[in-house]
Amino acid sequence: MPAIDWVALTVFLLLFAVVTWLGFAAAKWRKGDLDQLHEWGLGGRRFGTIVVWFLIGGDLYTAYTFIAVPALAFGAGAVAFFAVPYTIIAYPIFFLVFPRIWQVCHKHNYITAADFVRGRFGNRWLALAVTITGIVATMPYIALQLVGLEVVIGGLGISGTGFMAELPVIISFAILAAFTYSSGLRAPASIAIVKDILIYATAFAAVIVIPMELGGFDKIFAAIPAPKLLLPVPGPNTTGAYSAYATLALGSALALFLYPHSITGILSASSGRAVRRNAALLPGYSLMLGLLALMGFFAIAAGVAGRPEFAAGFKQFGNNFAVPALFSLMFPSWFVGIAFAAIGIGALVPAAIMSIAAANLYTRNIHREFINANLTGQQEARTAKWVSLIVKLGALLFILFVPTQYAIYLQLLGGIWIIQTLPAVMLGAYTRWFDDWALLAGWAVGVVSGTAMAVAAKLMPTYPLQLAGFSFPGYTALYTVILNLGVAVVLTLLVKAMNPRRGVADETAPADYFPS
Amino acid sequence: MNGRQRKQRGWSWWYLLLLVQFVAVLWPPFYNRADPHWLGMPFFYWYQLLWVILGAVLTAIVYFATDD
Repeated sequence: MPAIDWVALTVFLLLFAVVTWLGFAAAKWRKGDLDQLHEWGLGGRRFGTIVVWFLIGGDLYTAYTFIAVPALAFGAGAVAFFAVPYTIIAYPIFFLVFPRIWQVCHKHNYITAADFVRGRFGNRWLALAVTITGIVATMPYIALQLVGLEVVIGGLGISGTGFMAELPVIISFAILAAFTYSSGLRAPASIAIVKDILIYATAFAAVIVIPMELGGFDKIFAAIPAPKLLLPVPGPNTTGAYSAYATLALGSALALFLYPHSITGILSASSGRAVRRNAALLPGYSLMLGLLALMGFFAIAAGVAGRPEFAAGFKQFGNNFAVPALFSLMFPSWFVGIAFAAIGIGALVPAAIMSIAAANLYTRNIHREFINANLTGQQEARTAKWVSLIVKLGALLFILFVPTQYAIYLQLLGGIWIIQTLPAVMLGAYTRWFDDWALLAGWAVGVVSGTAMAVAAKLMPTYPLQLAGFSFPGYTALYTVILNLGVAVVLTLLVKAMNPRRGVADETAPADYFPS
Repeated sequence: MNGRQRKQRGWSWWYLLLLVQFVAVLWPPFYNRADPHWLGMPFFYWYQLLWVILGAVLTAIVYFATDD
């Protein structure tokens, strides 16, 4: 570990103090009755275009993204850039589906995707499948935010043994838990504004200053070993890295807005128009993500891996230490403090939204549906607040006592699972054609086959699908959601053929999906 | 076609314009090469970053064309 950088640490702590204050003060922002679930858990659906832009940006571009995407570029090269086409195609998908979902959820006071599925298909078991998938996929995601936090705290030179080593992460999470409990979604929404400004400042400074110091992009790319610079050209009888790259981008884009924390961000918007506008404005973040991915290459060109002062950091955090090491090397101390605070706060915002989203799901779709149907608004909000604490405590214990690699594996599996809710949620926004039990069967087939394929592929995201002597390596999530959809279509046709007069339960009307 | 009809069907042909960016970035043989460089960046990188901007422009066009 480098010695403690006191200037950087002071700036870091000051910024953390500011967002802590902001998190508690947010309770009074656009004031509402925080004893109601839609006030606590959706900010009263009061956020306009700009706040939603910050909130969804703060939600999707997490601390782990800032650490892991450059780390992948640093370690594996060009393939890390799949994050760019991924975000390019995520927004058209968002544009086509989520304004409709916002409209229907607003009309019927739905707070979660599972609420929508329950109303649309009238099947509590299908809604339960969507709920459990959402909660299970979110948990490891929260845990990974803690990993991002640990890496920057390590980068500041703070180290210790045993309990002392974990203390900074525990304190940060205690603060996070407290302001999320008291302010609900208003806390991450207000902090996201500070976080995004810091992140933008960091990304642009890094992209201008570091290439100048390293002698320009020519020199940087010249320093990258040839096998890392481009995707390897596929050999005979396989689509190789090409299909892996494209399916990772497409599958990740389809899964992105199915995560509960994305849907919570979307539903907090004050109008469907604010959601539609964001589809055109959110690519602003994609550009930043592309620039961040390049930072993995800057780290290679700067030779951070060979420097003795970073040896301990790389030993502890692996390639995830590439960005903190690069910043420590290239920036003056005060700016290192800002950059690390940006990443650290970048962990708190999504962790808060994720825990709120998981709490909304539990409260609405498990507690009220299966345990106590007569919850008052106040009891509902209180249950959600407590669940948000439990969820965060679970993530913290996970990161303290289980190897980080397990959280990464679970997050990978979470992506494969969450995409299985696509037919019910995204296609459900357009059509009630599917039979609800057929959707549930498709979901089950997708989850089981996806898990089996991921295990067979040794927990790598891509699976080498073999067809007629050809090999198509591709993202397991995409392959299995296609299978899921096939099962749902075939079974729906069968059900309709056997029982053509079967009525459908649907509490939504076609007009509910458009602005009136 | 007036706005009300489109609203009730919930579909607009403008949406097809969004497909362009899928084709442009999901077929790696289009861009998996180093030349031509631009500002010292290999084609692979600047092509995809350029599509971030083009994709945003296309989405904005569709937004304005379908906004009532």
